[in-house]
Amino acid sequence: MIQLTIITVYLALLLILGVFSSRLFKGTSKDYMLASHSIGPFLLLMSIFGTTMTAFALVGSSGEAYKEGIGVYGMLASSSGIIHSLCFFVLGVKVWSLGKKYGYTTQIQFFRDRLESDKIGILLFPILVGLVIPYLLIGVMASGTVVNSVTEGAFESSFALYDYGVPPWLASLVICGVVLIYVFFGGMRGTAWANTFQTLVFMILGVVTFYIIADHLGGLKAASEAVAKKNPSKLMRSVAPEDQERYEQAYAQWKTMAKYNYASKKLKSISLTEEQKKAAYAAFKPRMPNWQLKAETIFAKKNGLLKQLSIAQINDAYLWQDDRIPPETKPEDWDKTELTHEKLQQYPRKPGAELAGYKIFADKIGHPKKLIDPKNPKAGKFWTRKKARGVYRATKWAPDAPHHIDPWKFLTYLFVPLSVGMFPHLFQHWLTAKNANSFKLPVVAHPVFIMIVWVPCVLVGVWATSAELNGKAMFPPHFPPNAVLATMVKMITTPVLTGFLTAGILAAIMSSLDSQFLCVGTIFTEDIVVHYGGKNRFSDKQTVIIARLFIIAIVALTYFFSLFEPRQVFTLGVWCFSGFSSLFPLILAALYWKRLTKAGAYACIITAISLWLYLFTMSDYAAISNFTINFGGDSFVSFTKPGQHIEPGIIQTMPVMTMILGSTLAMILVSLITKPPSQETLDRFFPTK
Amino acid sequence: MKYAIWGLVLLLIILHQDLWFWDDATLVFGFMPIGLLYHAGISVAAAVTWYLATLYAWPIDPAEDTPVNSENPATSGNPVISENNGGEA
Repeated sequence: MIQLTIITVYLALLLILGVFSSRLFKGTSKDYMLASHSIGPFLLLMSIFGTTMTAFALVGSSGEAYKEGIGVYGMLASSSGIIHSLCFFVLGVKVWSLGKKYGYTTQIQFFRDRLESDKIGILLFPILVGLVIPYLLIGVMASGTVVNSVTEGAFESSFALYDYGVPPWLASLVICGVVLIYVFFGGMRGTAWANTFQTLVFMILGVVTFYIIADHLGGLKAASEAVAKKNPSKLMRSVAPEDQERYEQAYAQWKTMAKYNYASKKLKSISLTEEQKKAAYAAFKPRMPNWQLKAETIFAKKNGLLKQLSIAQINDAYLWQDDRIPPETKPEDWDKTELTHEKLQQYPRKPGAELAGYKIFADKIGHPKKLIDPKNPKAGKFWTRKKARGVYRATKWAPDAPHHIDPWKFLTYLFVPLSVGMFPHLFQHWLTAKNANSFKLPVVAHPVFIMIVWVPCVLVGVWATSAELNGKAMFPPHFPPNAVLATMVKMITTPVLTGFLTAGILAAIMSSLDSQFLCVGTIFTEDIVVHYGGKNRFSDKQTVIIARLFIIAIVALTYFFSLFEPRQVFTLGVWCFSGFSSLFPLILAALYWKRLTKAGAYACIITAISLWLYLFTMSDYAAISNFTINFGGDSFVSFTKPGQHIEPGIIQTMPVMTMILGSTLAMILVSLITKPPSQETLDRFFPTK
Repeated sequence: MKYAIWGLVLLLIILHQDLWFWDDATLVFGFMPIGLLYHAGISVAAAVTWYLATLYAWPIDPAEDTPVNSENPATSGNPVISENNGGEA
């Protein structure tokens, strides 16, 4: 309950801040959307940084590091330090200068003017809004998950289906409501102030949490040395031989277990007698969940009971044990060749397979703060439903193979942060600056701020791979990476700190949501309603009301989508960034290339979005989380298939590279063969000094 | 000087590809993975490079950098094309 109280107080503070900033609201649409261009260097730094750091900054960074190791810092953080500041420097300052000169409020106004095309807005509006919505979804869904995770057991008897914590749908609703209220009343000024406050909150709490976690794991050295001993691959970007060896052993054990399980439970061709079971249990020491099955497996193998299975049955056993959907027609070599792990992973896993854990562990699921058997405290407390799913995954599914980070993939990831150049909400933040000098602090400090937030999170994620609690691994295999940070904090710190850290995570999430909500409201009002309705049709007050109403509509729509829990929401985030990045050539050329024509811009946008749609479909709508475009090997070019391990030597590239190359090429070629912009436009955008 | 600054940015991007630390799991000071420390260094180097860029390659002339008069911007966000819908796409 303490966590819930701290979160509630924090949200109340934000509301007070929003209401207070609204008292400074001048009542004009310019003040609502751009804070009357009054934002100085410090507020600009904090609001831009808060906006670019989403749920990904705290939750995603530690989760990705848990999964991939330290390489994620180079892929996502140090690259962003270079590229984000490059965008602020090359694009932000110039955009601010033109915005000041011609009074722009949105990206679309600039493009309409620069490209001498009214209809470019109709093409860009759905694309920009369509790409922002998945980005919004990441925040809304992550907030629900985090609050639910840390409030488990907060209620005595309510919300049993949500482990007696705040249900994710309710938490997301409250977060949406709070952001909506302060954006509704405070507009851009409220957003900038709230972002500054929240950025300070998540940076300070992030560092404090890092210190406490390190201390709990025995200090910095002990925490890292445990990783060096148990998971050395996480400290580099290639696979350590000892990790490979450990995986091969674990996979061999899993295969044996799959055979025994299939033969005894599905085929019912093996059935150990009570005496055999007793002998099997007596010879087995560890007592992890489901240990009896392991003991029986070893016994069956030792006594040659598994030899009777045919290769086809063994393959069926692997699919069954790993909850994979069997093919309708079995491949020709099904009864001749045993499936490799890679081939096995190419069969899709049954959706919701882990829910079987609820049935298997039904007698263990209950209120996480109550003892299973009050007379026998050693039996421990009831499990949460999350734990039941986790134990099911850890004890049934095949272990994950360690994998390296491909240097080409690492290189082409540099294209992803270019998305910052086309984020409509960032464009709007740039225009709020008081003067060009206000950009200097964000340009310089942004890379260091990223480092302050990401280095501790990456270290915590890497430590989590090898951390132990009471002699047991803190995280079982197949643990959901994005739950690592919240779970770790909850397991090893006090409820007070857990409450504060949750407030920090929510701060990171909300400091992006607010700008995105405001921006979508602004572009709808300015680029659609006012533009097509006519400037004189609406008073300034009415314009503000329309923006506010549209913000309510978009918050409601995002919340509605979040209830369907779209899969792979974080992977979806990378796709959404890639979409914005593929439009980066357009903004760069619009500012620096006189020869860019209207037709060239259309070609750029249409190519970018067509390639995005095509590649997104090829990735099975983000279901293939490691999707890349690969060059070399058996064919010149190929796409990553589900579960495929790409061999070293094959060039793996992020899809964003192809999108950017395609859109750039189309833009240049079409611009060069079409009529250049009018002299009037060139004089406006490229004045001779 | 501008070219030197852009040269530094290019150098940063090249140094970002640290193939030499790809399979090195050394812990510096006993706790910091060398690959992570190196990239934290890249972040600091990026800040220094961008600081130099603000000193020597700032894109706006100081004379032009006056605060915006929000009450009277040059136009009010309505692009020229909206008043003259010629040249439709």
